[in-house]
Amino acid sequence: MSEQVQQKESLFSAKHRRLITDAIGKDNPITVQVLGICSALAVTAKLEPAIVMSISVLFVLGAGNVIISLLRNTIPQRIRIIVQLVIIAALVILVDQVLKAYAYDVSKQLSVFVGLIITNCIIMGRFEAFAMANKPWPSFLDGIGNSIGYGLILIIVAFFRELLGSGSIFGWNVFEAIGLYDLGYVNNGLMILPPMALITVGIIIWVQRSRNPELIKD
Amino acid sequence: MKALEKFLDKIRPNFQKGGKYQYLQSTFDAFDTFLFVPGHVTKKGSHIRDGIDLKRTMFMVVMAVMPAMFFGMWNVGHLHFLNINETATFIETFFYGFLKVLPLIIVSYVVGLGVEFIFAQMRGHEVNEGFLVSGILIPLIVPVSTPLWMVAVATIFAVIIGKEVFGGTGMNIVNPALLARAFLFFAYPSNMSGDKVWIAEQADGTTGATPLGDLLTATDKTQIDALPSVMESFIGTIPGSVGETSTLAILLGGLFLLFTGIASWRVMLSVFAGGYAMGLIFNAVDTNVYMALPAHMHLVIGGFAFGAVFMATDPVTAAQTNTGKYIYGILIGVIAVLIRVVNPAYPEGMMLAILLLNVFAPTIDYYVVQSNIKRRMKRLDKITA
Repeated sequence: MSEQVQQKESLFSAKHRRLITDAIGKDNPITVQVLGICSALAVTAKLEPAIVMSISVLFVLGAGNVIISLLRNTIPQRIRIIVQLVIIAALVILVDQVLKAYAYDVSKQLSVFVGLIITNCIIMGRFEAFAMANKPWPSFLDGIGNSIGYGLILIIVAFFRELLGSGSIFGWNVFEAIGLYDLGYVNNGLMILPPMALITVGIIIWVQRSRNPELIKD
Repeated sequence: MKALEKFLDKIRPNFQKGGKYQYLQSTFDAFDTFLFVPGHVTKKGSHIRDGIDLKRTMFMVVMAVMPAMFFGMWNVGHLHFLNINETATFIETFFYGFLKVLPLIIVSYVVGLGVEFIFAQMRGHEVNEGFLVSGILIPLIVPVSTPLWMVAVATIFAVIIGKEVFGGTGMNIVNPALLARAFLFFAYPSNMSGDKVWIAEQADGTTGATPLGDLLTATDKTQIDALPSVMESFIGTIPGSVGETSTLAILLGGLFLLFTGIASWRVMLSVFAGGYAMGLIFNAVDTNVYMALPAHMHLVIGGFAFGAVFMATDPVTAAQTNTGKYIYGILIGVIAVLIRVVNPAYPEGMMLAILLLNVFAPTIDYYVVQSNIKRRMKRLDKITA
């Protein structure tokens, strides 16, 4: 029965839309599921690498979810993790090579972290929890939604870290332009250090939960 | 005083439930209980509640800090006039320092209490007075030349991230005042270390490095002899953060705390013991200049004494069990000296050592309690077997 109902369901039905909006909001991979924290700490000192990282994850997760979903009935249960890893690895190498070819500087900044997308818990998590049990279209939406949710947090964190830590946005010196340094302002060196990313993510979680009490669990 | 009390009693109904200014209840309550010992009684059972509540306790600590603070003010003036080669009377010297330190204290209190009041109002709690102590400690553990806005930012960070996110006074894991200092240290290192920040209005081309700073760059053992003498360091006429230089003044405050039973002598004693022991061990190893520093010097330079007396003994963040207090204190002393000598990036190890052990204090307590349970279980087994 569900087979038929689902086929009739329009591409952007409420249920499908929720796959994206939930992942951005109340089921956000970073702030609610607390996954993918390592890369959130590592690449958010500046906005540019954070955005490139978000796009890379968007590609890997979106494409990966579709591939896994297409193969889901043919993957043997016992070796499914290996199959998933092979697919992620292939996609990540693709991203890595493209970055090296067209955005060498950013690729150097991200260094090992592009490769480490393989170990990003969000990707394995979505493969296991969603793509293995759903059709390609919902899987695609789920992948897109989760990587947008991930990227959004990354970009917010990177925005504050770059602004307060280096006084700039996309490398453009904001504080210098408005003359803040002449007043005695000094950049906050702590914001560049990884612990501050953790604290910033913590503050985002705090704000999100106080606005959305249903997320508070004891 | 009587008139004030009558006035407060008269306007109190306005702030209680259903009153005109009900939303300001926390604020009113804070001032009311600060000025007068509240007549709170326990609601159930026959418990005795004496007048020494949290506010009175905190006030004792503030009193204990006074000698160090006043000495710090004098020392700020003293170092300044020494630096510009002028002589000044005692009053001039003290007053100069007073004017330099007072803004730090005001900013710390206004900003910190502001954050506390906002949170108390938002949550409908009563305002907690934990900040009375933090507010006086923060200005005393920063260099006198720290820009006021940095103190403000650090205070906001420390109160919110160090205390309010955990649920307010008494729930914090690390010492808020030290967290403020750690924030400043990592965020604005150029304003927190080096040889240009410890003296107010320092003349160009002069150096005002602390003994710790000198030691980090020392390459020759004769440089140890060039340091301030033990006596100078003990009295405190050396560069350093405002209130940390005078071991003598700090010990006076420490005695007061011990006498009133507010601070734990176990913690204080074991911090000094741990630091001294580690100093001796380094003396025995003796592979570089810093290691050759006499062990007792470690106790009188930098923030060691201040940390041992006012920071490590914080009843909220220290270990709670008696055995735990010894372990906690000794480890603070050992790690503080270890960081000083071995890690060249951090001239002052005391701050990091206390923060680290603050985090470990609950774990220490856990194992002390568990081992006690195990010991008594064994005894029980023996009796029943």
